[in-house]
Amino acid sequence: MNRIDNKRRNVVDHRKKQYADPAYKETQYPHRLNFYATPPTADITLEQFEQWAIDRLRVLAEIEACSFRNKSPVEAAAHMRPLLEKYLPLDSNSSSSTQLSAQRQKDHYSHFILRLAFSSTKELRQRFARVETMLFRLRFNADDTRERQAFVESLNLDWEPVPDEEKRKFATELIATVISSYGKKAYQSIDEEQFYRVDWTRVPDLVEQRKVFLRAGKAYVPAKELQSLVVTEFTARLEKSLELTARALPRLDEDDRLTPILDHLSKNFVAPDAGYSGGNSAIDGAEITARNIDNLSQHFPMCMTVLHRTLRRDSKLKHFGRLQYTLFLKGIGLSLDESLTFWRQSFNKMTDDTFNKEYRYNFRHSYGDVGGDSNRRGGGYTPYSCQKILTEHAPGPGEAHGCPYRHMNMENLAVQLQASGVTDPAVLRGVGEDKEKQKFHLACNRVFEHLHAKELKQAKDERIMTASQLETIVHPNEYFKRSYLLKNMGKAQPGGGGDVKMEG
Amino acid sequence: MPHSVDQKAEALPSAEVEMAEAATDESANQGAAEDVDMTDATETQTSEATKSEAKELGAFEKGQERNGMASDTGGIKVEDLFDMDSDDEEFPSSAMPVKKEASDSPDLLPSSPSDAGPVQHSGSDPELLRTFYQRLFPWRYFFQWLNHSPQPTLDFEHRELSFMLSNDAVMRYQSYRTADLLRKDVLRLMPTRIEIGPVYSTNPRERKLLQNAGSFRPVSKELCFDIDLTDYDDIRTCCDKANICIKCWQFMTMAIKVINAALRDDFGFKHIMWVYSGRRGIHAWISDKSARTLDDSKRKVIAGYLEVIVGGAQSGKRVNLRRPLHPHLTRSIDLLKSHFQDDVLEAQDPWRSPERADKLLQMLPDTELREALKRKWDASPERSSELKWKDIDAVAKTVTSKNFDPKALLDAKQDIVLEYTYPRLDINVSKKLNHLLKSPFVIHPGTGRVCVPVDLRTFEDFDPLSVPTIQQLIHEIDAWKEPEVKSEKGVHDWEKTSLKPYIEYFRTHVNALMRDEKDVKVKRERDGEDNGDLW
Ligand SMILES: [Zn+2]
Repeated sequence: MNRIDNKRRNVVDHRKKQYADPAYKETQYPHRLNFYATPPTADITLEQFEQWAIDRLRVLAEIEACSFRNKSPVEAAAHMRPLLEKYLPLDSNSSSSTQLSAQRQKDHYSHFILRLAFSSTKELRQRFARVETMLFRLRFNADDTRERQAFVESLNLDWEPVPDEEKRKFATELIATVISSYGKKAYQSIDEEQFYRVDWTRVPDLVEQRKVFLRAGKAYVPAKELQSLVVTEFTARLEKSLELTARALPRLDEDDRLTPILDHLSKNFVAPDAGYSGGNSAIDGAEITARNIDNLSQHFPMCMTVLHRTLRRDSKLKHFGRLQYTLFLKGIGLSLDESLTFWRQSFNKMTDDTFNKEYRYNFRHSYGDVGGDSNRRGGGYTPYSCQKILTEHAPGPGEAHGCPYRHMNMENLAVQLQASGVTDPAVLRGVGEDKEKQKFHLACNRVFEHLHAKELKQAKDERIMTASQLETIVHPNEYFKRSYLLKNMGKAQPGGGGDVKMEG
Repeated sequence: MPHSVDQKAEALPSAEVEMAEAATDESANQGAAEDVDMTDATETQTSEATKSEAKELGAFEKGQERNGMASDTGGIKVEDLFDMDSDDEEFPSSAMPVKKEASDSPDLLPSSPSDAGPVQHSGSDPELLRTFYQRLFPWRYFFQWLNHSPQPTLDFEHRELSFMLSNDAVMRYQSYRTADLLRKDVLRLMPTRIEIGPVYSTNPRERKLLQNAGSFRPVSKELCFDIDLTDYDDIRTCCDKANICIKCWQFMTMAIKVINAALRDDFGFKHIMWVYSGRRGIHAWISDKSARTLDDSKRKVIAGYLEVIVGGAQSGKRVNLRRPLHPHLTRSIDLLKSHFQDDVLEAQDPWRSPERADKLLQMLPDTELREALKRKWDASPERSSELKWKDIDAVAKTVTSKNFDPKALLDAKQDIVLEYTYPRLDINVSKKLNHLLKSPFVIHPGTGRVCVPVDLRTFEDFDPLSVPTIQQLIHEIDAWKEPEVKSEKGVHDWEKTSLKPYIEYFRTHVNALMRDEKDVKVKRERDGEDNGDLW
């Protein structure tokens, strides 16, 4: 990334001029949590601008990965704790930290910087709102009870805390709703339970399920439900603000120091779990050669299987299909020479001349064999992650790339799955339901587990693979590697390279 | 859904009888019906016409969805257009074009004890009906009830009214600016049934002139509930199908009590009116502004909150609740306990026969208890439900099993009380903003009774079989004698009849509603935030 002279001062908030007010003091942060209602106004250095944004991005990317892996809230919290400590610490008021203000400032600014970076498209906005919500929820749950309450009260959400007197008056009713909704264990004593009174239309789900006491049009919401109330509000407001930011973005273009940084940030965010390093053989002892690809394709995830079948059927692939597939093959350890052989043989309806003129360069480029310095140094492109395949360049007519679980209709998907040996109606139905709910990772992993059921059981029973090696797959190359290892248990050992790793 | 498919099928025979009845009436009045058709061919829509129009709107809506607009922001769903009040299956409606069959078996006609004789057939006798609309129907209060103000507003002008004519043709999307214009048109068309739909964003009559289907959408309507005695057929023993008597009417009394308490105390609604549907059910109309403006999803929430009996009559135990009970349910049991004793155990005696007693056994926990009870009841087959209910606790004391759970038994008994008393709502009527529901004060063509409001101060004494019929009312006008001391103001015809208390109650209800509505307006103007209503 290009470094910009960090001595030059930079203004984060493009609206600062409009709101400039000599009486304006530096932002105070009375609470650990933040609804990010007001944009920052103080100056920070460009270096801070960039570093803070990158740090937050690391955190968000990892939170997103947790959700892809279906970690429970408790698991995710445990997983995230060290990362948050490192990149985005936020201590409570009651802690003895001297860094409270600095930490909160970083949190505040980094959020707004990323807003600028991720408000340009609807897809980015939705994703950003989703991961920011996850982060907020994580912190909200970790907050000290009293400080959390003070924070909620500061939001002025017109949720009236139910006064003690009234609480005692309706004690029977309130206790009944708490115990029937959350179980006896969750209930301490009426004095310890906090309730908020809100218009019943604000909590329709709780009313419909009779989880709250109702009186005169007001719902008495237990503090336990406060999280979902506050989080819903957080998301709603953030989504609205992002829309506004998107409309204000063009004005930001004037600042040519920020544009490259923001561009880079948003590109990084597109594939947070990318970075499957290719080039060297991923698995020792595996024969990764052009002539063995047909054989190896039994270990491919559907997205690559479909590309492989299309290539065999048509003897060609369109641009994004070639890119997605060749980078995947590179990721499983196919060398450049073998890759060129493979593609040449596959494109068997064209002349050598056409192939050399129109295609050879592109394949070499993706391996970093040609191109600019940075491309060569970086070893070309990295294989695509699920995230990238799911969100970028949706396939058009006649194109075979993308994620079949997302981009194919159920009918065609079923045909492809059946051709791969997935015929169990229960599995197909499950895939259909996942697809319906937009849980494409789940669908893919469901198929993987079905096709490797026997081997997975053995691997677990004999403790051949650790829990982390059996986590939800979020990268096509990980799918291949795991499938190959499971089907060749005892024959091959994992090599050094080829691990999925995070790229900051 | 309280209606199971089975129940619907069961209800059919009576529906057929009623249709036959309607057909008989019609053949007598065919001349009049044809008249309407001829003179007003452009406006009268037969059910076929309504259907094709529905398709047209449906097509609009599809286009709209393609443009990425959410369908709930506008557009009419085809199914909604056919969504008629299902309370009275006996009425043919645009939703279900029904065959008219002449029936020559009058002994199949439903009858209720106090209501025998030819009287009940003439609910839609055109001459009686004309007199009723002309002299008795409370047009002014009806207008104010829907308009929320004495001066004409869009609440009334954009309101859909739907008429069913004596030839079964249905005219949807009728609307009027004033009570007088409505009255004139009703006298011209002589509908046998008037239904009330929502207030739309534009005048319903002009909906076809609009370029964009999305700009014609329902914006408000009273929140409505529909409870029908046919949904109680598996627990009432006195009557079935369309028949009712004062014994089973008590289920309606219980329903009013429970639903009214929830709407008032829990949701804070004030302007609730219950209306007898003319035969075997009741409707609730909630006119609070906050209720009228609820969207479909919020209406569904209220329906869900109130719904306790789930599944059809064949689905075994139909009440399954978390413990401890929600306050609404605790209160409901308190309200229903005495009714369970008097109106169910005593009056209905629902478990007297061994088969029905088996049903009770199936709802109880613990095998040992069930077996002991079965032995006892087999020994005295005609034991009353009251005694059987008492037996449960008595026999439970003798159960020796270590696994016996007294709490589970208590819960099961509560569930049974609810299953036999808690209101059975047809929640589909409540869930949709644009559901049509039969208007108060129309005549039920089958019984000839007026669909009168039920006075909440005395609803426990309400006897549906003493509700005046159209014949009786007309007779009362004729029989009325001028008092010796003449009152200074003239006497309305309705004041000469037994309709008087119902209309007076309606008037009181409407006045309270208009007063509140005015207060809201004044307050908003004071606060300087009166942006006009939705238009
Ligand atoms: Zn009865």
